[in-house]
Amino acid sequence: MSSNKKNLQEELIRISGVNPRKCMRCGKCSGTCPAYDEMEYHPHQFVYMVETGDIEPLLESESLYKCLICFACVERCPRGVEPAKLVEAVRLAAIRKQGNNRLTANDIPALLDEDMPQQAIVSAFRKYTK
Amino acid sequence: MKFSYFPGCTLKNKAKILDVYARKCAEVLGAELEEIENWQCCGGVFTTAKDEVATKLSSVRILKEALRKETDLVTVCSACHNVVKQTNYAIQTDKEFAGKVNRYMAEDEYNGETKIYHYLELLRDVIGFDKVKEKVVNSLNGKKVAAYYGCLLLRPNSVMRMDDPENPSIIEDLIRAIGGEAIVYPARNECCGGYVRLESPELANKKSNNVFNSAMNAGAEVIVTACPLCKYNLEKSGCEIPVVYITELLADALGVKEDADEQ
Ligand code: SF4
Ligand code: SF4
Repeated sequence: MSSNKKNLQEELIRISGVNPRKCMRCGKCSGTCPAYDEMEYHPHQFVYMVETGDIEPLLESESLYKCLICFACVERCPRGVEPAKLVEAVRLAAIRKQGNNRLTANDIPALLDEDMPQQAIVSAFRKYTK
Repeated sequence: MKFSYFPGCTLKNKAKILDVYARKCAEVLGAELEEIENWQCCGGVFTTAKDEVATKLSSVRILKEALRKETDLVTVCSACHNVVKQTNYAIQTDKEFAGKVNRYMAEDEYNGETKIYHYLELLRDVIGFDKVKEKVVNSLNGKKVAAYYGCLLLRPNSVMRMDDPENPSIIEDLIRAIGGEAIVYPARNECCGGYVRLESPELANKKSNNVFNSAMNAGAEVIVTACPLCKYNLEKSGCEIPVVYITELLADALGVKEDADEQ
């Protein structure tokens, strides 16, 4: 693994607190994931690909923005791996790069309707924007 | 019994009734909710990354203020509750994170001392559902009510510790205490689609449909939730039965709904 890759891998492991080596590849996290059909890479693949250092495809993937932060994969993983925390760490690595914000304040008016709770907007901002 | 109370921004705006009924019912049940002064938005979702500090400070300020007033903290919104509780847990369990947080704060150190109750826990653990039952003047008369937990009240259970995350009963027990028939259905702890509604409405529709169809197939006449975004997502996705807040149902049963509506 190149040193850049290695650094990124270590960073993701550090900020997520996830140890991908605990994974036994049972697939239960992906089986329970409500965003499964919309994801190109599924929670168990995030774990595996971070472990092997194959992180570039994850950084580019739309899957980062499909995770619902429902914590089902965290709750139901028999090994306590907590895949959602890794998905979040990769998403942060992606949007922390300059110019990579997924959502800007200018995008918001078009997305609103009169019933939408504030909670939806602040949550989306927290997940999509740095 | 006096508590610090954190309503959060949605309860001051689109979900006013969740807040108004919560206060009114607490009054009837003998709990005094004192709103934290100058609180700021919790951010709606907890960021699990350990190096995200600034985004968690609004929660820390709320927790510290409750401690300063020597009171436990009460929340109602599922999302606020999840964020504040996960932040408190991170402070309790991650010394490095706690250190960073405290370096941001000028005043006394905070180490996660504040106890947090969700409104449902206040009803169950402090007031008691038997006491709630005694105060019912307008029973639900066997109305078929489906409790919708969603994600945020229950998960991650290692932090939330409200109930069994796969087989919860706290809302069903409340429904029974106020005279309803609790409808138990498979999707009650599945996700409504959450904030993804903004970007992928189809995904949110699909998830919400799964939830209300599951409730309706089990015979529900009404769905109750503590989360403004769950309510919005279910309604927006075409749920054919009413979706109401837990505090609205409770206010009705305690006979204070009209009082609150006038305010
Ligand atoms: S937290 Fe994200 S990755 Fe995990 S189960 Fe939920 S949607 Fe899937
Ligand atoms: S559920 Fe846990 S152990 Fe199983 S594949 Fe997912 S992360 Fe690995």
